[in-house]
Amino acid sequence: MENLVQEAIQNVNLQAIMPSLVLCVFGMAILMVSVFSKRGSTTHIAWLSIAALVVTGFVTLIGWNNPQAGFAGSVLLDNFATFFSMICIIAAGLTILMSDDYLRREGYPVSEYYPLILFTTAGAMWMASGTDLMTIFLGLEVLSVSLYVLAGFFRNQTRSNEAGLKYFFLGAFSTGFLLYGVALLYGVTGTTKVDGIAAYLMANPEAAMNTMFIAGGSLLLVGFLFKVAAAPFHMWTPDVYQGAPTPITAFMSAGPKAAAFAALMRVTIIGLDGLQSELTSLFWILAVLTMTIGNFIALTQKDLKRMLAYSSISHAGYVMVGLVAWNEIGLSAILFYMLVYTFMNMGAFAVLVLIGKKGEDNLTLDGVAGLGYKKPILGIVLSIFLFSLMGLPPTAGFTAKFYIFAGAIEAGYIWLAVLGVLNSAVSLYYYLRVMVQMYFKDPEEDFAWVSINGPVTISIVVSAVGVLYLGIFPHTLMSLAKLAGF
Amino acid sequence: MYSNLWLIPFFPLIGSIINGLFGKKIKNEAVIGGIATGLMFLSFLVAAQNFFKLLGDKEKVHELVIASWMSVGNFQLNWELLLDPLSAVMIMVVTGVGTLIHLYSIGYMHGDESFYRFFSYLNLFAFAMLMLVLGGNALVMFIGWEGVGLCSYLLIGYYYEKKSASTAANKAFIVNRVGDFGFLCGLFVLFWALAEKGVWTLNFVEIAESGHLLESGGLLITVVTLCFFLGATGKSAQIPLFTWLPDAMEGPTPVSALIHAATMVTAGVYMIGRMNGLFAMAPATMMTIAIVGGLTAFFAATIGLAQNDIKRVLAYSTVSQLGYMFLAMGVGAFSAGIFHLMTHAFFKACLFLGSGSVIHGLHHAYHHAHLHDDPQDMRNMGGIRKKMPITFITFLVSTIAISGIPFFSGFFSKDEILWWSFGSTRGHCLLWVLGAAAAGMTAFYMFRLVFMTFFGEQKTDARAKDHIPESPFTITIPLMVLGFLALIGGYIGVPKILGGANRFHAFLAPVFEHAQHANEIHAHGSHATEYTLMAISVAIAIIGIFTAWVMYVKNPELPGKFVARFAGAHRVIFNKWYIDELYDFVFVNPCKKIGTFLWRGVDVKIVDGVVNGCAWVVKGIGSGLRYTQSGYLYNYAMIMVVGVVLIVGFFVF
Repeated sequence: MENLVQEAIQNVNLQAIMPSLVLCVFGMAILMVSVFSKRGSTTHIAWLSIAALVVTGFVTLIGWNNPQAGFAGSVLLDNFATFFSMICIIAAGLTILMSDDYLRREGYPVSEYYPLILFTTAGAMWMASGTDLMTIFLGLEVLSVSLYVLAGFFRNQTRSNEAGLKYFFLGAFSTGFLLYGVALLYGVTGTTKVDGIAAYLMANPEAAMNTMFIAGGSLLLVGFLFKVAAAPFHMWTPDVYQGAPTPITAFMSAGPKAAAFAALMRVTIIGLDGLQSELTSLFWILAVLTMTIGNFIALTQKDLKRMLAYSSISHAGYVMVGLVAWNEIGLSAILFYMLVYTFMNMGAFAVLVLIGKKGEDNLTLDGVAGLGYKKPILGIVLSIFLFSLMGLPPTAGFTAKFYIFAGAIEAGYIWLAVLGVLNSAVSLYYYLRVMVQMYFKDPEEDFAWVSINGPVTISIVVSAVGVLYLGIFPHTLMSLAKLAGF
Repeated sequence: MYSNLWLIPFFPLIGSIINGLFGKKIKNEAVIGGIATGLMFLSFLVAAQNFFKLLGDKEKVHELVIASWMSVGNFQLNWELLLDPLSAVMIMVVTGVGTLIHLYSIGYMHGDESFYRFFSYLNLFAFAMLMLVLGGNALVMFIGWEGVGLCSYLLIGYYYEKKSASTAANKAFIVNRVGDFGFLCGLFVLFWALAEKGVWTLNFVEIAESGHLLESGGLLITVVTLCFFLGATGKSAQIPLFTWLPDAMEGPTPVSALIHAATMVTAGVYMIGRMNGLFAMAPATMMTIAIVGGLTAFFAATIGLAQNDIKRVLAYSTVSQLGYMFLAMGVGAFSAGIFHLMTHAFFKACLFLGSGSVIHGLHHAYHHAHLHDDPQDMRNMGGIRKKMPITFITFLVSTIAISGIPFFSGFFSKDEILWWSFGSTRGHCLLWVLGAAAAGMTAFYMFRLVFMTFFGEQKTDARAKDHIPESPFTITIPLMVLGFLALIGGYIGVPKILGGANRFHAFLAPVFEHAQHANEIHAHGSHATEYTLMAISVAIAIIGIFTAWVMYVKNPELPGKFVARFAGAHRVIFNKWYIDELYDFVFVNPCKKIGTFLWRGVDVKIVDGVVNGCAWVVKGIGSGLRYTQSGYLYNYAMIMVVGVVLIVGFFVF
């Protein structure tokens, strides 16, 4: 016992968790600050949180090309974790920028909101850097619990309550699966370490036929598939995305989803490497199912938030194509895709935040009629984001899809690439429909309430620049993504 | 070393963005024009700095990679610029003439209601043109290539309320698409052919280095170069795709001067020069280019003989002079072609701007007298030299230059082309005959233009004729500078036979010499032959001028008799050999018919049916799937459980 404690203390390497540590300390400090602040004044809290994220970003970047393992191999802050952590930090920053005016408009200028986003981000970073199933689970729980609260943050709104509650119940349900899976895997292999499982599988290839091992692995996957909203575990997404405060919806679609993909990648690519052929056929089916269901149901949606929810399901499907490819291009394309998706999707949501009225009942297809004429710049920017979501050049959405499908083709999954491209074609319909409303319908509103002077504009500009820059000069980021692969 | 190269296209781009976004709010013409012209001038300064640096540099080829564009497998594509003697000459011409024409436009476009739009387009054009000439690989060049096409379209259709202007813009764009198709095909085939040999590149330097991998004179290289040449005929208005250029005169006159005389239309010549290594390896293509160039020079000149619209005469003259440049490229006289490109830029820009000055003055006078006569019809002009002395003198100098009178710039360049078309290993005496005949006609119609416009009686309506002013200084300064260049611009390329050193040729030699040596292209013949040919072409030019003098100054009734005598021939050339009608009959109308059939028969019935059917099915599936989203938690949980069971089952079985 004494020895174990000794060893554990020696193994502590604070540098391996430094980014999330910094973020948590900041988060708690900001909570303290908000205690002593006037009720209803949250702007300084928002900017403090931005500062926290900037500092965390710098601390995270120190870890680039400087991998740190710690806590007896439970945490590994490598390039992979750094890359995903940066995605989460960027997503959190964009969320906070679009939140301040939004919270005031909706009548909830409550300062706990910001620390919760920071804690979610910290959880996401643990998921990305965890190499022990327990660390990953811990990160997942920190992330989820904060998100449950954030999704139901507007406690007097039925829709927000419904979102929080549904997310909580189904999330708890899926966590149950995940934890049960971990337990079964531990039962078979005697370890919860990702590389330990890989070593066991290498030493005992017959484990691939062991029902307990397989059941454990499957249940584990289900936990992650729920978080990335892959079909058939996507059912919560539309209801939650629609009901949650819009910036939170944007955040959920980018940061936590990226973290879940990070954990899913680490567990499958490293831990379950021995099951590659079975896993790729499973992911093949799930990828096609996910993108098809997402795109087809999105066709019939009239509510923009709900439409973007289904769109985000379909994008998870595209990302899984990279997982099927299981090669260098495909896997680094996932990293690329998640950052691009963060920019384009959060940019689109930021525009929605801007044009929504109190209660957001006007965020429908009819609600944006004539937007392109009344607010030309906003119309152009939203069009850029939509073009990117469709995957048309010269936006980053195109290059991201290009790399994903290139990976699939290189691995020989030509039909999967074909199905992916066909799905993209289907998706044109519902994205273009928004643009048809913006440019070919007479305006019913004057959009006089839209003011582009707030910090939301920063997040829109950052996203637009990101989408265009990565669309025209994708090379630099792609080579970074390749460095961040396994 | 040459790291500020990117600034050259960057300045006009900034100008275009500023005026495009904020021009409407700035309103002040001086500010808008100042921004556009000033940035263009900055671009010129940077270009000049780089040019002189290159002049003194031993190493003549410099590449500047701005950023990586894409890298797929073995293939690496960059945003890159290439500075070598060829592109150095081009950037000097584009930024120099460009700056002057920007300055000119401030005066010419004064009072136009969308002044800012004009300058935004003009700057954008300069950006695209500079990308075209500086592009270090074929794709960057293609972006410039398409960019100038777009700007040309926008500027021809600048007065878009006018039906004829928008039709001309469409015509230019569509005809150019045919050429662009050729360019792209050439690019694809070249890329594929080189990739077959293991070289994955679009970079010009690398293409030049690995061109020898392809079989010299083989089918492949002939196809590639012919495709590129098709692209060049579109952009540079050669047979068979020249019909758009005369119509392009619907645009404002500075546009005609900059885009449709001095710079954009020479892009095809530049492109052949840029890939001279490939072209030199394809004798069949070279011969085609020489014949097409010679014929274009000849036919366009015949049409120019009978036109009455001052800008149309200049337009056909441009087509004809471009024909000379292609003739030069076709016989392997690459540096002579580029030399003529440069001198032509000077004198033709000056001529267009001069005609613009005349039109501007007449327009002013008609406006003053509340008349609606056509200010571009030469039959309404005459005697203007006294009213507009500066315009007259610069115009006269440029006319002498284009006619090939010794010691003016056009003489040196044109004579070098004619000599090569006769004496080159790729030349032929018939090509020389075509060129010399065209030179005689050029002298005739250009002096016809000068005599009808500036000499004789004033035929302008009496109420207007005393109100023709000389143009303001923003217009006359560019005229004087360009006129001066038209006078002396040829002295950098005085041939050896006239005691010069042909420094222009020596400067460009690093670009062209290799291909010329490798493919045994050179001009041969005795000095006596060269002197004789020179004397003949000068004599022809003088005869042309004399004839014009006799017909339009001495006996002004002569042309009428002449037309009556040869009514048939006159009708044919006056109506431009009926080429437009022929194209309408052979291409346009059948295409329209096929289009109508495809629309009514195939598109509406079959394609729309299939598409709508698919959409109906997809939407149906969508609405069906929607019902799975009941909103009830227990349903969702149920589906999850089913999913879990299926996944576990998938692995177990």
